[in-house]
Amino acid sequence: MLRILCCVKRVPAPGARINVTADGLAVDAAHLGFTTSPHEECGVEEAVQIAERCGGEVTVLTLGPPEAAEQLRYAASVGAHRGVLVPADGGARDPQRTAAILAEAIRRLESADGAGPFDLIVFGNESADSGGFQVGVRTAYGLGRPIVNGVKGIEIDGPAVRVRREIDGGFEVYEMEMPAAVGVKEGINLPRYPTMKGRLASKRLEIEILDLDAPLGGQTMVRLRRPAETVSETAILGHGPEAAPAVADVLESLGVL
Amino acid sequence: MISPVLAVLEHDRGAMAEAAREALTFGRGLAESLGAGLEALLIGSDDADLVAEAGAYGAAAVHTVTHPVLSDFGPEAWGEAIARAAGMLKPAAVLAGGSERGNEVMAQAAARLDLPFVSNCTAIDPSGADGSGVDSGSGEWSITRIQWGGSLLEDVRLAAALPLVTCGLHAVASEPLPEPVSPAAAGLEIDLDPALARTVVKDRVVLEAGVTLPTAPVVVGGGRGVGSAEGFGPLEELAGLLGGRVGCSRAVTNNGWRPHSDQVGQTGTRIAPEIYIASGISGAIQHWVGAMGSKHILAINTDPEANMVVKADWAVIGDLHEVIPAISAEIRRRHP
Ligand SMILES: Cc1cc2nc3c(=O)[nH]c(=O)nc-3n(C[C@H](O)[C@H](O)[C@H](O)COP(=O)(O)OP(=O)(O)OC[C@H]3O[C@@H](n4cnc5c(N)ncnc54)[C@H](O)[C@@H]3O)c2cc1C
Ligand SMILES: Nc1ncnc2c1ncn2[C@@H]1O[C@H](COP(=O)(O)O)[C@@H](O)[C@H]1O
Repeated sequence: MLRILCCVKRVPAPGARINVTADGLAVDAAHLGFTTSPHEECGVEEAVQIAERCGGEVTVLTLGPPEAAEQLRYAASVGAHRGVLVPADGGARDPQRTAAILAEAIRRLESADGAGPFDLIVFGNESADSGGFQVGVRTAYGLGRPIVNGVKGIEIDGPAVRVRREIDGGFEVYEMEMPAAVGVKEGINLPRYPTMKGRLASKRLEIEILDLDAPLGGQTMVRLRRPAETVSETAILGHGPEAAPAVADVLESLGVL
Repeated sequence: MISPVLAVLEHDRGAMAEAAREALTFGRGLAESLGAGLEALLIGSDDADLVAEAGAYGAAAVHTVTHPVLSDFGPEAWGEAIARAAGMLKPAAVLAGGSERGNEVMAQAAARLDLPFVSNCTAIDPSGADGSGVDSGSGEWSITRIQWGGSLLEDVRLAAALPLVTCGLHAVASEPLPEPVSPAAAGLEIDLDPALARTVVKDRVVLEAGVTLPTAPVVVGGGRGVGSAEGFGPLEELAGLLGGRVGCSRAVTNNGWRPHSDQVGQTGTRIAPEIYIASGISGAIQHWVGAMGSKHILAINTDPEANMVVKADWAVIGDLHEVIPAISAEIRRRHP
């Protein structure tokens, strides 16, 4: 039976623009919903599909506020079996600190009941908000596991995991012995929607809590701000199909027609 | 004498990546603000053309690392090579391009060196921690980097014995020096653990190349407003008439109407066509960051207040199911 771990992060889901709080230290999420980073959502789906195909158990791990339990429950509603939350205080979370905490959490989970290493640890390629492109790599390195990022396909073959990654005009193939880790990208699969049965399972999920911390790293956020926006005057070419000649004129003026 | 800035030269089997040219261009600016020189690190090759190109972009010296385990790209082997080279050369900073590979190998190097790594920087001020440009004496750098795929900027303070950074993709336009320099190339003796081969590329599959989404001159985009997979037929037709490609929003891929390879946005593709015709797309910020590289945007939407309409150069207010076929008919009429 394969044991698979997914690391997911709770992030706000902004609409047309992202607003920043008055102190400049966070996204103003007062009127926003929250979600799991899209790459990681696909990571959970991939883990569940592998477990369905090969037999296995999927554990989802997050470091975040208590409300991140919501993302663990969502994962359970689409087929994950266990949810582990490392509660984070509101303080700074740089990538070094986050990775050190995740690696320690994984060590604890692996040593509990002599469970042994997770065969596969699935990260997102990058988180949706901070997008540091490193927490997965650092965590895997801390655990001594091989990791490949940018993964758009996973095949389990006995003790090996074969992964593919897109490059210009094709893809490359890597092959690692498990235990191993991957950073996956959206598009590797199409995540399912929760079923009624899944929703019930997610309500029953007992969230495991691990209290852990690690020292701060060397990168400190000073403030968030919006980049300068380009304001453009929109020329309305018309309403409905009558606008077609005006559109064709524009296309001709650009030389694409 | 201040030690040089070291730029990692991303290449794929000897073909220089655009991200490497950007890193060299960005690195020149950083070196200048430090009063330092710029040198380059070439991993898995000592190819004279690559060395010469590094010189054209300002590298005064190129350090090469060749080893059997570097026969092809491998994130762990590259990361280890960078970490070891940094230990030997003691540069003022190590910089790579903010591509998928660039960020990955720098994360690997940072993990090995147990140092911070600031990804996707757009500006670096090594002279002061408070952003004033005045040396605060703290030895910290002020850096601006991107979050949310470019929708937000983050100012950070970096305290590190050796700064490790990538420059955001297209944070600078690559620009060769007016006069190329001829860099001295020298091999670095680095003995790498053969076990690093565990993440080296095993195989490659080449797919048929056509007009790809990132390079298409025209992209006809469809969002939730298209309503179904079949609804994309008229968009395909229009894209075909214009020699372009169909793109879509995440609402569309999530519904399974189009493959993810068509998705434009933060977690999809960045496009840069002459014109992006965005129909039935509201223009959420995560979609916008993928579309904002378009030279011109035409929005088709029933809602005149939609963000895509507000941000577009031109808009047609109306039902895309009527507007798009009418545009195709008009094109056919003009070019029978
Ligand atoms: C971390 C993160 C990453 C994301 N990454 C991406 C990404 O890469 N790409 C992406 O696209 N999204 C991404 N999203 C999702 C994004 O936030 C939006 O949910 C999505 O872009 C909405 O798609 P849409 O505009 O098609 O749908 P909607 O927002 O529902 O908009 C539909 C639009 O169609 C118009 N419309 C409806 N019917 C018609 C009609 N008949 N004719 C004309 N107009 C009509 C409506 O007025 C409306 O403006 C991401 C979200 C998160 C949280
Ligand atoms: N707080 C967190 N909790 C769990 N996993 C995380 C957290 N932050 C980052 N990760 C994982 O690390 C990946 C890379 O994150 P980043 O380095 O922030 O781009 C994400 O896609 C997640 O899989």
